[in-house]
Amino acid sequence: MKSLAELSAIREKMKGKIALREGSSDTRIVVGMATCGIAAGARPVLNAFVEEINNAGLVGDVTVTQTGCIGICQYEPVVEIYAPGKEKVTYVKMTPEKAREVVEKHIKNGVVISEYTIGNSKL
Amino acid sequence: MKELSLNILDIAQNSIRARATNVDIILKEDAETLTITVSDNGCGMKADFLKRVTDPFSTTRTTRKVGLGLPFFKMEAEMTGGSLDITSKSEEEHEDHGTVVTARFFKNHIDYIPLGNIIDTVCTLIHGAEEVDFLFLHEYGERSVMLSTREMREMLGDEVPLSSPEVLAWAREYLTEGYAELYR
Ligand SMILES: Nc1ncnc2c1ncn2[C@@H]1O[C@H](COP(=O)(O)OP(=O)(O)O)[C@@H](O)[C@H]1O
Ligand SMILES: [Mg+2]
Repeated sequence: MKSLAELSAIREKMKGKIALREGSSDTRIVVGMATCGIAAGARPVLNAFVEEINNAGLVGDVTVTQTGCIGICQYEPVVEIYAPGKEKVTYVKMTPEKAREVVEKHIKNGVVISEYTIGNSKL
Repeated sequence: MKELSLNILDIAQNSIRARATNVDIILKEDAETLTITVSDNGCGMKADFLKRVTDPFSTTRTTRKVGLGLPFFKMEAEMTGGSLDITSKSEEEHEDHGTVVTARFFKNHIDYIPLGNIIDTVCTLIHGAEEVDFLFLHEYGERSVMLSTREMREMLGDEVPLSSPEVLAWAREYLTEGYAELYR
């Protein structure tokens, strides 16, 4: 059985590692989680990003965060990517599959998938 | 919404936006009914505003664009023969301010929307719980599943954030085990 006590084991295991993680985090993946985003499927998109960033071993370099309404309901789920020295990239009508692709191509290899960005979206 | 657990995520976001530091999500379920209560200690709402949020089509809607989250949730409850109630105390008028949203559903009604992936909702809330504490409790008959971010933080100390993948993985497994017992 899982118990809360296991969290103190996690705490022990992660001692010292956290500082390293936090210091270097500079790319941010922001998922819009307002009503229209949630209704359109933002929850599995967020979870796919969290999972993929972890699988890719990028937890220290990339943070995944939630925000309220980004204000473009018809394009939800909307995801914004901020990286230092680069222009913000806005991905629209996201799915968990697209999220995995964005981690693979954009986050890992720096190639923006323009097909999924707001400028290229057909309504 | 396709799942009530998505409504719960949405209603909890209202509490966060109301600057709540504590949000309790309590589900009470039996063979026929499900009651979902989301209560917070956020900024609350004044009585005249409260009247408008529950009915977006009321004529008092003039200056402000009223949202869809609460009306959706209300409609989904009423479709099953259930109901939605909101009580709120605004921070301007009350020391003990906050909001309580209660929705009652009849599960056997043909228009009942299933709860869906509640574990995903709780993990999503934990992931975003930088500045707020959640208490999650789901009672089904005599059994229950419970998770409190305050208790989690006590075990984790200040160093390990709730959004760490290790912590989220633990929460997911903890809840999965809990739910296997709950619906046994
Ligand atoms: N828990 C709460 N505390 C304070 N105000 C709330 C709360 N829930 C809802 N409100 C108010 O009611 C409004 C309507 O909520 P909702 O129907 O969810 O739509 P939206 O969140 O998109 O505005 C919110 O904008 C907010 O002003
Ligand atoms: Mg809302």
